[in-house]
Amino acid sequence: MSISTKSLGLHLGLLAVLFVLQFVLPAYHHGNIARIMVLASYAIGFNILFGYTGLLSLGHALFFAAGMYGMGLVVNQFGLPPFSALLVGLLVGGLVALALGLLALRTEGVAFMIVTLMFAQAGYLTVLYFGEYTRGDEGFVIQQAERVMWGIDLSDPTNRYFAALVIFGVSLLVTLKLVQTPFGKVLIAIRENEERARMLGYDVFLHKLAAVVLSGVISAFAGASYGLLFGYVGASFASVQYSIFPLLWVLLGGAGTVLGPFVGTLFMFYLIDLSSGITSAYMLIAGVTLVALTLFAPQGFVGELRKRVWRWLP
Amino acid sequence: MEFGPYLMLASLEGAVTAAVLALTAVGLSLVFGVMRVVNVAHGEFFMLGAVLAWWIAGLVGGNPAIGFALAIVFVPLLVGAVAVLVDVTILKRIDYDPERTIVATIGILYIIQQVTLMTYGPEARPVEAPFNTRLALPWFEFSDGRPQMYWPWGLSTTSYKLGVIGAAVAVLIGVWVLMARTKIGLVMRATQLDREMALAFGIPVEKVYALVFGLGAGLAALAAVLIVPIQQAHYLMGHDPLLLSFIVVIIGGLGSLPGTVLAAVLIGLSDGVISVFFSPTLAKILATLLVALVLVFRPQGLFGARRA
Repeated sequence: MSISTKSLGLHLGLLAVLFVLQFVLPAYHHGNIARIMVLASYAIGFNILFGYTGLLSLGHALFFAAGMYGMGLVVNQFGLPPFSALLVGLLVGGLVALALGLLALRTEGVAFMIVTLMFAQAGYLTVLYFGEYTRGDEGFVIQQAERVMWGIDLSDPTNRYFAALVIFGVSLLVTLKLVQTPFGKVLIAIRENEERARMLGYDVFLHKLAAVVLSGVISAFAGASYGLLFGYVGASFASVQYSIFPLLWVLLGGAGTVLGPFVGTLFMFYLIDLSSGITSAYMLIAGVTLVALTLFAPQGFVGELRKRVWRWLP
Repeated sequence: MEFGPYLMLASLEGAVTAAVLALTAVGLSLVFGVMRVVNVAHGEFFMLGAVLAWWIAGLVGGNPAIGFALAIVFVPLLVGAVAVLVDVTILKRIDYDPERTIVATIGILYIIQQVTLMTYGPEARPVEAPFNTRLALPWFEFSDGRPQMYWPWGLSTTSYKLGVIGAAVAVLIGVWVLMARTKIGLVMRATQLDREMALAFGIPVEKVYALVFGLGAGLAALAAVLIVPIQQAHYLMGHDPLLLSFIVVIIGGLGSLPGTVLAAVLIGLSDGVISVFFSPTLAKILATLLVALVLVFRPQGLFGARRA
């Protein structure tokens, strides 16, 4: 079996398992997995920039929230149907990513991290400032009647699960395809050695910009879908915490691996879920995990797996 | 109140903010300058300082001045020790890699914050000021063609606020003396200029790093002890100082101490004045955008010299 068939088989296998799980999972975990799949799509978007291009953004909540509010506000204010609203969310996310990329890519390293952090903070504050429309911290609910797409009621758990599976599947397969295209290979080359990629004649800036926009659009897709599937849009999704989460998930699962974001999200979601039953200081777990990861396993789960067992893992 | 006295009141409040901000930001700037790492957990060292000040003040009891005096001596040392521990156990082991350090310090931020939540709790608690006399301030007005002094209602400050400003100035002079006039300062500056060369000349660079990290955290803690009688101690209070210190350090030029102090005074004062005229959220939006754009278009900071 060639490597690309093997990896395609593995990823389709994961989607098949998730499909079957829908019929056997108890209600509580059923809802959780739907949530995890959408959040994992967000992590996949983050991973394109961080894992494959080597750019660490500390402001991805800006894109997630741009998609979510782009979708939510047009539904709430103008009563657009869900699918058009989803497209508006994607468009807003893409434009925000383009603007941020044009500015932030003039810096590199630590300055890039701080610039993205600052822009995301400004975005979060903007959401609070326009509280008249966004309802600030409180957020707003998207009514069940507005969540019916093509006659499918997305608030129904089964439909929601399948919609989340579709969103996750699209994001996963897009990334899998991406890393096999020449464009994806150039991104990896930039991560490994930016100077050399430049010397070889690639336009590094354009490639990075495209990566920012693609990453932003996938994150916005996840954000808009999250709002649509779970019917709630709130300022907490724009806060620093939601910029740190995808970093945590991707580092845990393995940066620069296609499966890593899902593994990391799944693990962290249940870790926080279990610990929040014991203490209200559940973010402690996130902190300890971050420190432990930087110290002992910078490659993450899937990264270690690739290093030790399956060297062909994309 | 008329505009003049109102502006004076706003600037006085701004001066207190500026004093505390300068201490916190100099700590962050020192760490960035010498070690070339960004410490995202800096705000939590600030918060830890405030919470420990409350704890020590409560431990002693009696005259509030005794508890406060003990806090101002021991809290920076305690927080500094925590920071040294963090440096030795975590940062040293990842070899001060700039990006991994940011990720690790984000982790430390959550650890310190959440452990405080578990032990100290979610309440905001005050510390009593050691002295707190209300001082009315005069204002001048022209009537009959000559200035006359009067005391407008509401224009006042407290002796403690003036004390905070004085203490901050004294500490900043102390830091300057330490950096410019002592052997330790010389060693720190040598490490900042060229780590490899310093190592080759037998400077124990790792010890210098631990010391600088401890000193930076200690300054943040000291700033927190000074402010905690005015602003209560709370487990989430580290967020704003972190953001403001970032802004100050970037505007002042990364790693430049005089620039940092100048920027702190500028931003502390304008924060007070801007908040009077605009909504505080809008002021914050403009400030964060300004910082991001400064980093994009003028990475050496507004006051920093362009590096050759």
